[in-house]
Amino acid sequence: MATPKKTVAKESGQEKAGSPPEFSREQELKALRDMLLIRRFEEKAGQLYGMGAIGGFCHLYIGQEAVVVGMQMALKQGDEVITGYRDHGHMLACGMESRGVMAELTGRRGGYSRGKGGSMHMFSKEKHFYGGHGIVGAQVSLGTGLAFANRYRGNDNVSVTYFGDGAANQGQVYESFNMAELWKLPVIYVIENNRYAMGTSVSRASAQQDFSKRGVSFNIPGKQVDGMDVRAVKAAADEATAWCRGGNGPIILEMQTYRYRGHSMSDPAKYRTREEVEKVRHDQDPIEQVRNRLLADGVSEQDLKAIDAEVREIVNEAADFAQHDPEPDASELYTDIYR
Amino acid sequence: MPIQVLMPALSPTMEKGNLAKWLKKEGETIKSGDVIAEIETDKATMEVEATDEGTLGKILIPEGTADVLVNTPIATILADGESAADLAKVPAAPAPKAAEAAPAAAEAKGDAKAEAPQPAAKVPAAPVSEALPDPEIPAGTEMVTQTIREALRDAMAEEMRRDGDVFIMGEEVAEYQGAYKVTQGLLQEFGARRVIDTPITEHGFAGVGVGAAMAGLKPIVEFMTWNFAMQAIDQIINSAAKTLYMSGGQMGCSIVFRGPNGAAARVAAQHSQDYAAWYSQVPGLKVVAPYSASDYKGLLKAAIRDPNPVVFLENEMLYGHTGEIPKLDDFVVPIGKARIARAGKDVTIVSWAMGMSYALKAADELAKEGVEAEVIDLRTIRPMDTETIINSVKKTGRAVTVEEGWQQSGVGSEVAARIMEHAFDYLDAPVARVSGKDVPMPYAANLEKLALPSVAEVVAAAKAVSYR
Ligand SMILES: Cc1ncc(C[n+]2csc(CCOP(=O)(O)OP(=O)(O)O)c2C)c(N)n1
Ligand SMILES: [Mg+2]
Repeated sequence: MATPKKTVAKESGQEKAGSPPEFSREQELKALRDMLLIRRFEEKAGQLYGMGAIGGFCHLYIGQEAVVVGMQMALKQGDEVITGYRDHGHMLACGMESRGVMAELTGRRGGYSRGKGGSMHMFSKEKHFYGGHGIVGAQVSLGTGLAFANRYRGNDNVSVTYFGDGAANQGQVYESFNMAELWKLPVIYVIENNRYAMGTSVSRASAQQDFSKRGVSFNIPGKQVDGMDVRAVKAAADEATAWCRGGNGPIILEMQTYRYRGHSMSDPAKYRTREEVEKVRHDQDPIEQVRNRLLADGVSEQDLKAIDAEVREIVNEAADFAQHDPEPDASELYTDIYR
Repeated sequence: MPIQVLMPALSPTMEKGNLAKWLKKEGETIKSGDVIAEIETDKATMEVEATDEGTLGKILIPEGTADVLVNTPIATILADGESAADLAKVPAAPAPKAAEAAPAAAEAKGDAKAEAPQPAAKVPAAPVSEALPDPEIPAGTEMVTQTIREALRDAMAEEMRRDGDVFIMGEEVAEYQGAYKVTQGLLQEFGARRVIDTPITEHGFAGVGVGAAMAGLKPIVEFMTWNFAMQAIDQIINSAAKTLYMSGGQMGCSIVFRGPNGAAARVAAQHSQDYAAWYSQVPGLKVVAPYSASDYKGLLKAAIRDPNPVVFLENEMLYGHTGEIPKLDDFVVPIGKARIARAGKDVTIVSWAMGMSYALKAADELAKEGVEAEVIDLRTIRPMDTETIINSVKKTGRAVTVEEGWQQSGVGSEVAARIMEHAFDYLDAPVARVSGKDVPMPYAANLEKLALPSVAEVVAAAKAVSYR
């Protein structure tokens, strides 16, 4: 079925638009603050891990902040968000509280899952955040199901379903794509292409490296987006939400981004050079980009420092809470298995 | 006051590491996020990033220092406006002694005695199971000490040298050298034709492996962990296990599916579960779950040679453990034979894989109280060596099973049923099952500990069946 109205599809993989639409001062400041909160939170989490206060896996989002912050700026109340295990940034962007997230990382009763889920498994019904999933690719079908529920109920909510470049190779992703297009489900598939899945670069794992084209055989339009520029993310998100709310079915956004830290905490880091990491950091850092624009626009260094201080305060308070909150009561072992 | 940078841990089990390199000099300006140093362990390298702004005040541990304990101050950072003179304000922190190496976790919980759920704490340093001589190993054989990780690698390398049809595929097995470093060196020796990195597509590559096996090759399919094989379980059961039967014996598949199984440390419900019982139900599959280092090696070699599909269940927490491995040209342990790891006359404890660590420690405890437990390491779950179990129970009249997995329809339940069927008249008490609790694995340290079986539970069960 050819649908001529799908102009977005033509952009698949080709067009890299020039400069994205400018942000207002307020938008720049909000983006800066929200991205800084994620960065400082993650730095603190890395520190607490190093001290032994966090155990198991801990996948940091440092470097990718513009993706969730830009997406969130285009969402409305009620839109659902779901992702994998690299989820701290998504939760903070959804408005979940730092202390609740941090306390989950330390496995305490004040954590979002009362200490039972840990870094990879948190949820918030109130904020429409559906997790926090550990099995690579599984959230893609689940996110498609959230969109199914929206369609079923006839509301105009959109499901924002995040997954990685590695996850994009899982079979259930394509089973979901087919159903989503067949049933015109309102889902934005956000592929966070940070160039690596653990130690495997995209080129070593993917026959089609242009992820915006991964929906082509299902007629799902897609777009490559500079995921290090929060304005570009926001602009693409605006387009995608309009597309979904307009009843056009799913859409794919490939966010070209980068993770600065190791895959999890223990990472041999032999699969890429330090120079590569340094170059992205130096040339494309999402936070520096906003900072520099704000400074050029006449905002003082002092004002920016104040934002950083405010954010650090929140993070320190969260870390303090997360280290002093008690562990869950032993009786919690047997709760929440059935209801 | 100047900020201290502490030696970080790369993993919950890391106690010390080497300070490989300083990337900033004293007096250099530091921004949050700057990489200031590189540290390494035998498994990984990590960059230490600054989380504060300022200047690097003093380097406390010079580069090239080996075995720096976690949480040792390695440098100080001076905040804006502070000078070298402020360095004196830092309380002289002596490097922690080995005994105080990991206090951070306990302190953070406000309970100095709280035990971090580190595998090292749960498992004896060297499997005591080597106590009884292994009938598979001829007397007088020279033994070498190896980690289980190395034993597995050697088993695969030896079989790959022996048979050109054997190859390994899986996520991160080649260039990365294995997510848990089990395939270390294989790519270098055998090349990319036989050591193959796959995309993250378990269902797909398990099927590709089964198809290749139908065509006569002998794949070793590594799952990064068995949790991810849930994506592939259809190919394992519906294709691999049943083809020989469905084809009237024309076409089978010689394939090994292997990877870490069971509880790992602090990784929560989706990454921490035991699949022994799941696969043990399926006719057509063989299911192997070793404990000792020599069994890891000898059984993996047997699995690779076996003409049937073999599910080979390893344990991540045991990879770093060492054991004695016979220095023989071709050391193969037969599939389907249990081993008496410790002889005794009062009560039989049946276990396998990680369960053995609880069973053997419990046997030590029981011995102190005058109860002599006979500990059987099943090693293979399917086909199960019923005879060894029954012979032991006929002698002791009492039995306890120990597993980390769930109790309902668990392997222990099967063992109990077989004892009832074959040795009912010899039993002096009902068989007791010690198992993981009937809950998904929680993340919180205290709950995780409660969810797993304990030595105390095994001791209590053994006493209960002995009416003591
Ligand atoms: C089904 C499954 N297979 C393997 C893993 C182990 N694993 C966890 S994350 C990961 C890499 C995923 O990379 P990508 O999708 O690019 O996301 P990123 O980590 O880069 O955010 C792998 C292989 C898993 N959790 N689930
Ligand atoms: Mg990736």
